[in-house]
Amino acid sequence: MTVLAVDVEKQLGTLRLAVRFKAEGGATALFGASGAGKTSIVNMIAGLLTPDRGAIAIDDTVLFDSARGINMPPYRRRIGYVFQEGRLFPHLSVRQNLDYGRRMSGRHRNPKEFERIVALLDIGRLLDRRPRLLSGGERQRVAVGRALLLEPRILLLDEPLASLDVAHKREILPYLVLLRDDAGIPIVYVSHTAAELRRIATTVVRLDAGLVVASGGLELLDDANGDGLD
Amino acid sequence: MLDLTPAEWTAVALSLRIAVVATAFALPFGIAIGWLLARTEFWGKTVVDGLVFLPLVLPPVVTGYLLLIWFGRRAPIGAFLDRYFGIVFSFRWTGAALACGVMGFPLMVRPIRLALEAIDRKLEDAAATLGANRMWVFVTVTLPLALPGIVAGVVLCFARALGEFGATITFVSNIPGETQTISAAIYTLTQVPGGDVAAGRLVLIAIALAFAALIASEWLARRAAIRFHGE
Repeated sequence: MTVLAVDVEKQLGTLRLAVRFKAEGGATALFGASGAGKTSIVNMIAGLLTPDRGAIAIDDTVLFDSARGINMPPYRRRIGYVFQEGRLFPHLSVRQNLDYGRRMSGRHRNPKEFERIVALLDIGRLLDRRPRLLSGGERQRVAVGRALLLEPRILLLDEPLASLDVAHKREILPYLVLLRDDAGIPIVYVSHTAAELRRIATTVVRLDAGLVVASGGLELLDDANGDGLD
Repeated sequence: MLDLTPAEWTAVALSLRIAVVATAFALPFGIAIGWLLARTEFWGKTVVDGLVFLPLVLPPVVTGYLLLIWFGRRAPIGAFLDRYFGIVFSFRWTGAALACGVMGFPLMVRPIRLALEAIDRKLEDAAATLGANRMWVFVTVTLPLALPGIVAGVVLCFARALGEFGATITFVSNIPGETQTISAAIYTLTQVPGGDVAAGRLVLIAIALAFAALIASEWLARRAAIRFHGE
């Protein structure tokens, strides 16, 4: 089973970030209030932000190690990243967005895998549209598909539902659950909403002001309030 | 209707060739300088910024004169280019293209720089996580998103090059068939008795070309907008 090991420190303005956790199989939730440093952590895993010190590895592949001077650039990490705002390329069609990762890594077309993921996320009728014409929920499903078609080692989801209204959240949650059970790779799921994580997470890493205050099972979500998703 | 003499046709064709060549050669530099100004911080950036925009505020005659003393056949840069690359600017149409390119350059750089500054850098980060190295990010995300600004820069530079007069005539003079553009030909015709009718014909051509350039730019801008925002 694939294991993501993170042990990093980073000074971000007045916030001192120092976290250590492992993610293996299922979905590991990074749970905490806004400003706890959740997004910075996934940015460091993806290679978009460089830690001051520490190490990040997926199994035997070292992505970052300050002691050994290793810092793999993001384009070589093969980590699927679903951003809060989707970040679909506005000048490309949905199909071209989905195909982008394959084209950039020079892999052969794999129509079967493409069809499978399109079906999984139910985005077949959107393929020829421009991102601008998609609803928020559709946009996030395409963003998930784009990350999956990279054939990533792990998947990072940073508040993928935050920009959606409750109806769209309900619409997309089942797809994410399906994804967790289907993808077979570790998922790191960032959210500050306990109700959402109860549906998706299998492990919880609880953060506060840049530090891991607890890690364990779903019971760590209990003292937080829901937001109508249950 | 427009019964142009062969000499006048020559001036029109020459103007178009000079403007096209000037714009085509300015474009890669325009994108490179626009990118440097939009995306990087370096020592002396203010100076570079000022130098790029100097031709816009200097009297064109001054720009032409500076080109003459740098790019003339015996001038430092001109002699070097002649000797090692066989490129001669003085009193050649290539010199006119250089003058037009320099004069149009600030107009080209400005919209490109603004377009590059307006791009959401987060899209470039997303491309990087999807396996695109810096060169591919630039080619597949940055350039297409900056396209409306690039089109605007190309059209402005082309229009400026088509109408350039002062720097060109100072640098490479006014030689029929070699450096005599529409503007220079009109100027010559207004200096001789009875040249009004011929000058009038060239004026009409100049107006038609300017209109064509404007319409082309509108069309291109609209196409770019459709690509981004859907029909």
